[in-house]
Amino acid sequence: MADKKLRIMVAKPGLDGHDRGARVLARCFRDAGFEVIYTGCHQTPEQIAAAAIQEDVDIVGLSCLSGAHRYLFPAVVTLLKDKGADDITVIGGGIIPDQDFKLMYDAGLKAIFTPGTTLDSIVEWINTNVQPRA
Amino acid sequence: MEKVKKIRAGDVRTASRLIRHLEDGMSEARSTIKHIFPLTGKAHVIGITGSPGAGKSTLVDGLVECFRKREKTVGVLAVDPTSPFTGGAILGDRIRMQRHAEDPGVFVRSLATRGALGGLAKAVGDAIHVMDVMGMDMVIVETVGTGQQEVDIINHSHTVLVVLIPGMGDEIQAIKAGIMEIADLFVINKADREGSSKLRRELMAMLDMAPPTAFPGGWRPPIIRVENAFEPEGFGKSLEELTVTIEEHYQHLVKNDLLGSRVRRKAVVELNEAIRTCVLEPVLSRLVASGEMAGMVEKLLKKESDPYTLAEDIAGRFLKNCD
Repeated sequence: MADKKLRIMVAKPGLDGHDRGARVLARCFRDAGFEVIYTGCHQTPEQIAAAAIQEDVDIVGLSCLSGAHRYLFPAVVTLLKDKGADDITVIGGGIIPDQDFKLMYDAGLKAIFTPGTTLDSIVEWINTNVQPRA
Repeated sequence: MEKVKKIRAGDVRTASRLIRHLEDGMSEARSTIKHIFPLTGKAHVIGITGSPGAGKSTLVDGLVECFRKREKTVGVLAVDPTSPFTGGAILGDRIRMQRHAEDPGVFVRSLATRGALGGLAKAVGDAIHVMDVMGMDMVIVETVGTGQQEVDIINHSHTVLVVLIPGMGDEIQAIKAGIMEIADLFVINKADREGSSKLRRELMAMLDMAPPTAFPGGWRPPIIRVENAFEPEGFGKSLEELTVTIEEHYQHLVKNDLLGSRVRRKAVVELNEAIRTCVLEPVLSRLVASGEMAGMVEKLLKKESDPYTLAEDIAGRFLKNCD
């Protein structure tokens, strides 16, 4: 009986130990029926990309509250592409100023969620835009 | 087969995708396993089980380091539970192992139980084969946090570690059946905590009373104390001792011709699983899809029939040459 599950990795790149938001999201994704791989704080983009491939996830959600997203988020997208894994959707969230949105989308992130976003709307975005791969 | 060639060359992407398809129960994945199966049987499979929070993932992380020092490649399959309500899962074992993420000699893959009750995921048996054929020297399987009865890990491992921590109960716990019987090695983790000597004494007493048949080839499960993981020196020493003991156990199996019985045990289980997948599941999904299943449940609720009559009916329809 084929039973496809969406696999999502929630990752915190960089020197930012504030993972309350990431944990709330992990829980919310679990409740949405996804398989959530949570890798904890202080990850390098290299670790995140390697883990995403080992886990064969459909989507990576990056969380950053420190301001380093300008470097860290695009680095993850680039590394995945280099490893031939550009079919993995990358989304991001945290304290992302409006003026950085263009930079993020140009770098290949598919969505950015900032404080005030409802959990339901994130799950809905994922369900609309990402399918568990066959 | 191109896919098999890639997996044999150690391609993580292909291997992980195959494991994914096995978890999802896709029939193409089963045909790949048909090609892989004859190539399996080289890796030393180590099972690690114990209650939630006993420190299994941290131990796995430490073992990975010890095996890497010995230039062994390591695959890790870490199982965490699926929610019975939403089907979702938080797979968090990796958190403790992320320092190995970039090491090409280490492949960590998390699996959710997806309804399996024995402490593992249904796809674990095949996932072990995949890592084996990738050329992993060691495959470490970490079960979900177990209670007393989740003993499926013995069907898939050559060496089983049962991880205990002080303060989990009195000596009656140590003489109960189930998980305490499956250990090839006991680990007393967090042994710097109060109660570890008592736990050790209770384990010794339990082992002293076991019949000789409980120790095939004369292997009495050693008890290894592992202290505080936050003090690297002592922890490293304990882990080194643990690694050596694991290697000794494997040598013991080889020397005493015991490896075969473990491999046979796995073969029996795999065959049973495969029959269930290929015989029972298609019948069940047909009954569900046609709505017949729901109708039968209604009959039961109204007491118009009973489960055995209905099941015998189905057997009569689907199985030929069967008494």
